[in-house]
Amino acid sequence: MLSRLDLKSQQSTIGSGQRSPDFDLEISDLSKRFGTNTILRGISMSVESGSIVSLIGANGAGKSTLLRSCIRLIEPDSGSITVQGKQLVGAAHRDLVFVRSKIGFIFQKHNLSSRLSALSNVIHGAQSRRGGPRTWIQAFAPKELREEAMDMLAAVGLSHKALSRADQLSGGQSQRVAIARALMQRPRIILADEPVASLDPSSGFEVMELLIRLAREHKATVMFTTHNLKHAEEYADRVIALKGGLIAFDQHASQFSAASVKDLYV
Amino acid sequence: MFPPDISRLPVILLRLLETFQMALAGTFIGIILSLPIAVLATRDFSPHPVVRFLTKGLVSFCRTIPDLIWALIFVVAVGLGPFAGTLAIIVDTIGFCGRFFAEAMEDVEKGPQEALTALGASRTDIIASAVVPGAMPAMIATGLFSLEKATRGSVVLGIVGAGGIGVELQVALDLFNYAQAATIIFVIFVLVLAVEQVGSALRARILVSGK
Ligand SMILES: Nc1ncnc2c1ncn2[C@@H]1O[C@H](COP(=O)(O)OP(=O)(O)OP(=O)(O)O)[C@@H](O)[C@H]1O
Ligand SMILES: [Mg+2]
Repeated sequence: MLSRLDLKSQQSTIGSGQRSPDFDLEISDLSKRFGTNTILRGISMSVESGSIVSLIGANGAGKSTLLRSCIRLIEPDSGSITVQGKQLVGAAHRDLVFVRSKIGFIFQKHNLSSRLSALSNVIHGAQSRRGGPRTWIQAFAPKELREEAMDMLAAVGLSHKALSRADQLSGGQSQRVAIARALMQRPRIILADEPVASLDPSSGFEVMELLIRLAREHKATVMFTTHNLKHAEEYADRVIALKGGLIAFDQHASQFSAASVKDLYV
Repeated sequence: MFPPDISRLPVILLRLLETFQMALAGTFIGIILSLPIAVLATRDFSPHPVVRFLTKGLVSFCRTIPDLIWALIFVVAVGLGPFAGTLAIIVDTIGFCGRFFAEAMEDVEKGPQEALTALGASRTDIIASAVVPGAMPAMIATGLFSLEKATRGSVVLGIVGAGGIGVELQVALDLFNYAQAATIIFVIFVLVLAVEQVGSALRARILVSGK
């Protein structure tokens, strides 16, 4: 484990194009504007492999923009994004798809295909590595894919809901199916944009707990955004705060406290 | 006209069945063909704007020409009989479903598509796994409408020799045999009513469960 000071010194080497194998995600001088509205003003950060990073900041601070830029769901204006050593900005479509396949992205809204079963939705996660009709619905899926998907549903405690239609699940259950779908990708990195913001406090904690536990089991690096500072404190190794398009602070979770955020939300 | 003449009822019913078979087969094949055509006509999934423009043009063209004219064209091309009628219904269905399937696909919520894009799924997989399931209730409703439309349409197609009960009706009218014409019109009415009733019932069920 690198200490925070080590992280800082490592960051300074990124500009020279050097990549350290200890980092799963390296963002350098990333900028994004919507019209005249500059959202990100040259953000740089390196996320250590296996670490759990929480991204906080006021509404409109650019957390979602940053997270989405990491897989180019939003095209950044400038800067570089390196995922496990692969440069994403300007990468060819094939390479982009390859990198995306290694990253599980959890949205605030579960984004399941609502008319399909939970199991079919989890099987869709396999489309990151093999596509085709056999991944479209569970009835077409080959045995090994169904079994793997059932394992993922078991991991999120929803084996009994495998054949329920997604629109018949509660918010917490849906989000757990979305997590199972992400795990089906066998992801190296999980990006989660306010994964529990639409859940009640107790399901919120449960789902957060589950996400972090499974991510650790699968040795995936995690970056999640949240407005719940308790979640940041509890689950992250490191807390990064955005304000005015810049990093307001970047702290080890143990240093993080109420005092850290006093200027963040004003 | 009264009483209706039911002496030829067995023949009439056989022709009615032929009419319905034309409608069913034509609609079914038309719907299957409309699916890929609709994909090419959507904003988000068409491989190229030019392809989209041409496809939309083709679909409009199918819709612009009345089914009776299509039937005439196909009678000339493949000869008299139900095959010509079925082809006319296929083309007519494409004109209808091609357009409304494309709109249904464009209206599907974007979240599930974005989730699959984010994990690196291919365009085909996204369409099959997120877009088509989302558009399914609307597409089934459209498909049932086009079956009703085809049933009504296929009655007339017989008049130009494209198979089905229309030819019976025309002969009866030509011979001033109004008692027989009354029977024919009555059985047509029963068929159209039955298809519409079944269609509405299915649509109501789908719209309820489609939420
Ligand atoms: N596609 C877009 N077009 C124009 N403006 C956008 C777009 N996406 C985001 N924005 C703007 O960028 C700013 C940052 O948005 P972003 O969603 O990244 O903030 P956030 O930190 O995630 O906020 P929240 O906590 O509310 O989720 C906002 O002012 C938003 O209006
Ligand atoms: Mg956001």
